Amino acid sequence: MSNSCLSSIGKKLIMSISGLFLVLFLLFHMSMNLVAVFSGEAYNAVCEFLGANWYALVGTMVLALGFIVHIVFAFILSLQNRKARGAERYAYQEKPAAVEWASQNMLVLGSIVFVGLILHLSQFWYKMQFAEIAGITNQYGVADGAAWMQYYFSQLPVVICYLVWFVAIWFHLCHGFWSALQTIGWNNKVWMDRWKCISNIFATVVMLGFAAVVIAAYIKSLC
Amino acid sequence: MATDNIMKVNLKVWRQAGPKEKGGFVTYENVETTPDTSFLETLDILNESLIEKGEEPIVFDHDCREGICGMCSLYINGHPHGPATGATTCQLYMRRFKNGETITVEPWRSAAFPVLKDLMVNRNAFDQIQQAGGYVSFNCGGAQDANAIPISKVDADEAMDSATCIGCGACVAACKNGSAMLFVSAKVSQFVLLPQGRVEAAKRVKAMVAKMDELGFGNCTNTRACEAECPKRISISNIARMNREFLCAKLKD
Ligand code: HEM
Ligand code: SF4
Ligand code: FES
Repeated sequence: MSNSCLSSIGKKLIMSISGLFLVLFLLFHMSMNLVAVFSGEAYNAVCEFLGANWYALVGTMVLALGFIVHIVFAFILSLQNRKARGAERYAYQEKPAAVEWASQNMLVLGSIVFVGLILHLSQFWYKMQFAEIAGITNQYGVADGAAWMQYYFSQLPVVICYLVWFVAIWFHLCHGFWSALQTIGWNNKVWMDRWKCISNIFATVVMLGFAAVVIAAYIKSLC
Repeated sequence: MATDNIMKVNLKVWRQAGPKEKGGFVTYENVETTPDTSFLETLDILNESLIEKGEEPIVFDHDCREGICGMCSLYINGHPHGPATGATTCQLYMRRFKNGETITVEPWRSAAFPVLKDLMVNRNAFDQIQQAGGYVSFNCGGAQDANAIPISKVDADEAMDSATCIGCGACVAACKNGSAMLFVSAKVSQFVLLPQGRVEAAKRVKAMVAKMDELGFGNCTNTRACEAECPKRISISNIARMNREFLCAKLKD
């Protein structure tokens, strides 16, 4: 098993497993956020639960590891692929209609996702879980997620940044989800189109879920 | 040749004297041909005129000129094997192009397929992958009665579809990652679906993938450009099958 990690398919397997793990996390995070639309109190109870407890910290570490593995392998694979393409490029190139744009721009999309992630962590994680661990006191406190949300998402530029971020994740997922299953080998001629359809629906539902929370908070701030 | 049938095209061709030489485009203007002339014949016509002028003819690969050998290549107007789908360069006719059009002709571009001269690249890497395991190493004997080893129609069709891969390398040429997964997966699949090929399946897939990696082909990111440009319409479902076979073989180690 060990040397399969070094083969091209082995590296892609790591990429797809870590990607699917992040997909599951997104689904969980989105469901959790939706609570905030219905009740700030209930949302804060979730935030309390996911504060500086040992299980939430272990979860955060595992999640961070998932991101690191995914990003490190993204760069390893992308660098190898650049090299394999050769130094000389085509002068005239036309993309076949069947090729999705996202599939050829996963690193660019992933990098946007990463920049958005840094912004997001600095706004929420740093002010909440991290502040709790470090014993920092701040404006809204470390467990009032609903207040932080309301604070950030009443600012239009922040809302726009988040929506752009969501679009990037949407593109990344539309390709990533079925691509991960293809990489694992769980695909055939019949399931090809089904998986692609499921990918698009899944990515759309998850990202609309995230967007709804941000937009709802913004609208509330206007009222 | 009826004169009203004559068309003229400008051919912008990559010329490169040798593997280490610096190459560049040379445009040959007003090359006379007809809509019913094949693309390679048009290159022949141009080459004849170059020879008559005492110039070096353009080097390009070809052999059968009927879409079965996989020798022809060429990246024409942004597509391997040109703009036609499901066809090789040798099956491409000038009626695909407009009168007076400038057609850009480039060699396959991939680190594993270095240019030898002009439009000819070295595709020996594919031979090496085949030699690593693209065969059945025991004697299967003569042709059996069709009912001696029952094979489902579905499997027989899939195996046959995979076996139509002619090893031309258009998949690598089309891929932004320079990946050979479509070719290798077609070769793995054509054996693995049949009882004789199944016997050495694990050994074969490991050896062929290892060789593919060693030769510097890229990692597949499932863009599907290969499948769209493949003259034999090989499906990427073969790649899923190969990954499955490979991962199962490795897990059993
Ligand atoms: C929300 C976070 C993310 C999720 C849910 C996610 C999910 C996925 C999935 C499911 C795949 C498909 C894997 C495969 O084809 O086998 C993938 C591929 C990829 N991801 Fe991500 N990803 C995320 C973040 C990132 C980040 C931050 C980067 C890099 C900066 C990145 C770069 C890539 C690249 C380059 C690929 C293509 C790799 C390949 O096919 O070889 N991703 N991602
Ligand atoms: S898979 Fe298609 S494009 Fe690739 S070598 Fe075979 S026939 Fe050519
Ligand atoms: S020359 Fe044989 S396939 Fe084109």
